[in-house]
Amino acid sequence: MVDKAEIMMDTVAQTSIQELRSNIARRHLIQKLAFGTLWAAALAAVGMLLAITFYVIFNGFQVINWEFLTTPPAGGLGGEGGISTTIVATIYLVGITTTIATPLGIGAAIYLAEYASEIRGARGVMKTVVNVVRFGVETLNGVPSIVFGLFGFALFVTTLQFGFSLLSAGLAGACLVLPVIIRASEEALYAVPRGLREGSLALGATKWQTTWKVVLPAAAPGIITGVILSVGRIISETAVFYVTLGGSLRMPTGLMSGGRSMALHVFYLATETRAFDKSMGTGAILIITIVLINLTINILSRRLSARLSGG
Amino acid sequence: MTSTRTKLEVNDYFLYYGDFKALDSISVEMPERAITAIIGPSGCGKSTFLRSFNRMNELILGVRTEGAVKMESQDIFSIDVVELRRRVGMVFQKPNPFPKSIYDNVAYGPRAHGIRDRAQLDEIVEKSLRRAALWNEVKDDLHKSGLALSGGQQQRLCIARALAVEPEIILMDEPASALDPIATLKIEELMQELKEDYTIVIVTHNMQQAARASDYTAFFMMHDDRSGYLNEFGPTKKIFTAPENKETEDYITGRFG
Ligand SMILES: Nc1ncnc2c1ncn2[C@@H]1O[C@H](COP(=O)(O)OP(=O)(O)O)[C@@H](O)[C@H]1O
Ligand SMILES: [Mg+2]
Repeated sequence: MVDKAEIMMDTVAQTSIQELRSNIARRHLIQKLAFGTLWAAALAAVGMLLAITFYVIFNGFQVINWEFLTTPPAGGLGGEGGISTTIVATIYLVGITTTIATPLGIGAAIYLAEYASEIRGARGVMKTVVNVVRFGVETLNGVPSIVFGLFGFALFVTTLQFGFSLLSAGLAGACLVLPVIIRASEEALYAVPRGLREGSLALGATKWQTTWKVVLPAAAPGIITGVILSVGRIISETAVFYVTLGGSLRMPTGLMSGGRSMALHVFYLATETRAFDKSMGTGAILIITIVLINLTINILSRRLSARLSGG
Repeated sequence: MTSTRTKLEVNDYFLYYGDFKALDSISVEMPERAITAIIGPSGCGKSTFLRSFNRMNELILGVRTEGAVKMESQDIFSIDVVELRRRVGMVFQKPNPFPKSIYDNVAYGPRAHGIRDRAQLDEIVEKSLRRAALWNEVKDDLHKSGLALSGGQQQRLCIARALAVEPEIILMDEPASALDPIATLKIEELMQELKEDYTIVIVTHNMQQAARASDYTAFFMMHDDRSGYLNEFGPTKKIFTAPENKETEDYITGRFG
């Protein structure tokens, strides 16, 4: 038995050493080729993104000045004026959507992550409902935004007669970002260690106290990341607001005002005026805003890992 | 052994995870103000048994039990679970302080039970930290994160956190398994002090620890055809010097497990 095994190991060892010798140059070559290809792909991808960003920012900066930011657009084919009203409309939109979507989204995520999984006896109806909700959230995340726009147009603009307004746009925008907030919050809640929940319950805290005082604070950076992500989504969204907000250049004065968000303004300037440079200028400001948002998210997630590991 | 009054009583107790029987007909009485160690091979149901006393197994879907668990002759299933868990504290295998300050960790329980008065909370926090032999090390930075402490300190913080709600019983599930020998010794010393006032039930993997630190020992066992059952229970001295079962002797002398 022992002898046989030893002989077998010997033969195996010999052939593999021989193979190694004849292979070695080829393996190095393949390694180099693979590495080179990956490197080229990475370079091309990053290069393309940088090119777009710098092109927009470089061209855009030539029109950006204080006056551009503070005067309202004049309209017309020349695209005269600045972008003040579109900045205000964008801020309004972000405010309305996050006010609506944040509590709803976090609430839904808490339910899905903390309570739904525990439904006892979980037979039939309730479990199906939960699964359908979860599947719905996944699906909505991938639905093209214009579909949310059409839904918003049909329900808020026409049926509920809110017209082209910040209210219609804010509600449609909230629908758009709800899945984003739910997903991010759910993930953040799942990332909270089970030991924390047990530690709290074992002290006689109720399930709700545990959720509110331990789980939510631990998950907060992740949840906030989701909210900020959705702010970025609203700032860069065009299709939904094209069919719910209209395109008014006037300064919005309330929920029922129509308006034009910055991203929408980029679209209108590029397609309906000769002011391509101003379209670039607005685009540059959008890019910078999004970069700032992403930086915030990076800092937050670093703080999350620090908090969960004792920093 | 200061007293022989029974604190915890388990009678013909079964626990199932779905179809899997994890505990098989356990009957035992655990004395008050003493340390009872639960020993036995991995997977024989020690943690499951420990978590029965504060009904933590209820958090797991599909768990079903039969038989009686009583605290001072009262059925624990007739006690409100929030009140039961206040009276029966737990320290976990892996230190699990909340990502909050040391102060807030200890004040968490009292606050959850409705204490709001700042002066009263201050007093509870100091008392509990002193009782857990941690006060001197942390009194100057109570507002530092509990996670910034060393593993041994974190575990003592968790003990302080449990003491803050004035429990009668403290359950410990291998509380020192993640700690170095010096931190382990500190926890063991602390247990000796705590048993003056509390009933302690500790799961341990470490034979020397059980022999050193406990007054009574419950030896759990399992076989291919029988899941977790109580093989032998008695005063630790007797279990370790003159066990009645051959299996117990084999286990404590390290012949298996
Ligand atoms: N949540 C659970 N679901 C299903 N089976 C479990 C669960 N927890 C433990 N078990 C099983 O119950 C048995 C006892 O586990 P446990 O009490 O953790 O043992 P010990 O603490 O003695 O190592 C093991 O076979 C384990 O696989
Ligand atoms: Mg265990």
